[in-house]
Amino acid sequence: MSEVTKLIHKYLRHQKKFPHVWCPGCGIGIMLGSLIRAIDRSGYEKDEIVLISGIGCSGRLPVYVDFNTLHTTHGRALTFATGVKLAKPSLKVIVVMGDGDAVAIGGNHFIHAARRNIDVTAIIVNNSIYGMTGGQHSPTTPYGMRSTTTGYWNIEQAFKISELAVTAGAVFVGRGTVYHAKLLDSLMEKAFLKPGFSVVEVIAHCHTQYGRVNRLGSAVEMMEWQRDHAVPVEKVLQMKPEELQDKIVIGVLVDKELPVYQNEYEKIRERAKGGMGG
Amino acid sequence: MLQGNEAIVEGALQAGCRFFAGYPITPATEISEILSVKLPQVGGTFIQMEDEIASLGAVIGASLAGVKSMTATSGPGFSLMQENLGFAIIAEVPCVIVDVMRGGPSTGLPTSPSQSDVMQARWGTHGDHPIIVLTASTVRECYDITVQAFNLSEKFRNPVIILIDEVIAHMREKMVFPDQEEVEIFNRIKPTVPPEWYIPYEDTPRGVPAMANFGEGYRYHVTGLTHDIRGFPTSRTDEIGPFVARLHRKISQHFSEIQMAEYFQTEDAKITIIAYGCVARSAKRAVREAREKGIKVGLLNLITLWPFMRTAVEKVIQTSKVLIVPEMNMGQISREVKRVNPGVAKVLTLNKVDGTIITPPEILNRIMEVS
Repeated sequence: MSEVTKLIHKYLRHQKKFPHVWCPGCGIGIMLGSLIRAIDRSGYEKDEIVLISGIGCSGRLPVYVDFNTLHTTHGRALTFATGVKLAKPSLKVIVVMGDGDAVAIGGNHFIHAARRNIDVTAIIVNNSIYGMTGGQHSPTTPYGMRSTTTGYWNIEQAFKISELAVTAGAVFVGRGTVYHAKLLDSLMEKAFLKPGFSVVEVIAHCHTQYGRVNRLGSAVEMMEWQRDHAVPVEKVLQMKPEELQDKIVIGVLVDKELPVYQNEYEKIRERAKGGMGG
Repeated sequence: MLQGNEAIVEGALQAGCRFFAGYPITPATEISEILSVKLPQVGGTFIQMEDEIASLGAVIGASLAGVKSMTATSGPGFSLMQENLGFAIIAEVPCVIVDVMRGGPSTGLPTSPSQSDVMQARWGTHGDHPIIVLTASTVRECYDITVQAFNLSEKFRNPVIILIDEVIAHMREKMVFPDQEEVEIFNRIKPTVPPEWYIPYEDTPRGVPAMANFGEGYRYHVTGLTHDIRGFPTSRTDEIGPFVARLHRKISQHFSEIQMAEYFQTEDAKITIIAYGCVARSAKRAVREAREKGIKVGLLNLITLWPFMRTAVEKVIQTSKVLIVPEMNMGQISREVKRVNPGVAKVLTLNKVDGTIITPPEILNRIMEVS
């Protein structure tokens, strides 16, 4: 059996729910492939994984995979994840969100999960648009671009999700694109093995909504755009700011150590029980 | 001497609560403050979240991982929790939410007493849904209903709301704890079948499916979407209808296990006061004073507010042709009393919404007016 067939048999749910909801050519499928390969390589058992999502196209992802899966309310996935992780720290908790999920309605939860250093991996599929609801502009829609709710053009500035995660205190932040699938595999594997709050931002295309209203072409053309505009983080220092203006910096942006919430809380428990430190 | 909020903490710990997530709001803060000390002592977890939405999200997550969980708030925070409350109902996740009521709407009256969240507790979250709401009029009752709240939430896989007013929350009175061995504790029923046979949302005669916790080998899907018996989203009409019906049936066919009330001198009462929370205390005094004057009056003290106790009203109207419903709101329970009254009794109201309690003389005056 080929490697991919083994992974399909091991990780996809057989009982139900295929074909999936995503449009042909969608980037989420590529990201799901990376997620499965990275989980397989990182050595976790399926029973140990809790995969949590919010609402939107990315929110439908957990239903297809054979883990403990939890499809929550819009933007709130990280709050449920916080509860699961603290109640049972032996579980590996992975959260999948979209850009609207993570930095619009769930923006507050995102920065606080990062600040607390909850031991959870957040994977954010950033396609610059609300896809499922029909192409409304999101906090990551670039200035000047079109959507179905910027009837003329977008006059807001876009959030940079990875940079926001860095500032909020995430201990691991990596960014990739669905064109660079092998990089995504390795970013996710590193994130899964990192204790503390880790973030992988996945730049993806939504040719159905964002691409259509902005005349950016097919899925293939939008992935070619990713290829042409991605700059590895190692090269950034050699480039001028103006050269970087329309570029996506990919790779590991932060990898640092900070006390992890559940370990710190264990110290509180010992102290409260009258043990260490008295 | 304990206050109501402290008794709720003791009841929660006794019931097995080991996870609390909350956000500061008066008049519920004592519950958070005390649990932040006591939960780590018993190996539990306390976390202060960034808002009330996050608090209930974390509580639901912890419960799915197998830990009995709770949050506590007041009206404004409870409004924020309505979103995830609906999730806990549709995904059938046991959890307990304390709402210490204060006057509203909005920021309203921080923090004068009120009973104006009765309907928010019933209908605050969208969609047709069952809910269990308990209240208390003494500190000991705060303890008892908190144990009950956890038991009922575990038994029926439904959120249970503890709805008390600020007077009961902050009032101190003597309380005798029950013998620990005598306190009945109910834990969720887990699946006994192997994982491959487990049907997470199976329709059972009780209406409550067995619940597997995350990480115990039963990998299944939990969603806020309407789902089939396996937990997967469905839009099939032959699956949606029975699912929503079961959610309601699991509560409605067990009313007798859920509905609690105290009957005080109602056997021969020609007039019955129907009250709850701190108003029931005033009413009890008014009943005693009216009895001294020779007026046959009784008190129906509601402990279960929702599902509304139709049988209790039916019982008191066998003798009472006048019902007086004093409430610190514009008439949220009196409307229910009118709804279930088959026309045999006159239902009178006594409403107060100025941030002060309804006193015994005020209730006595109302009794005198009609007797």
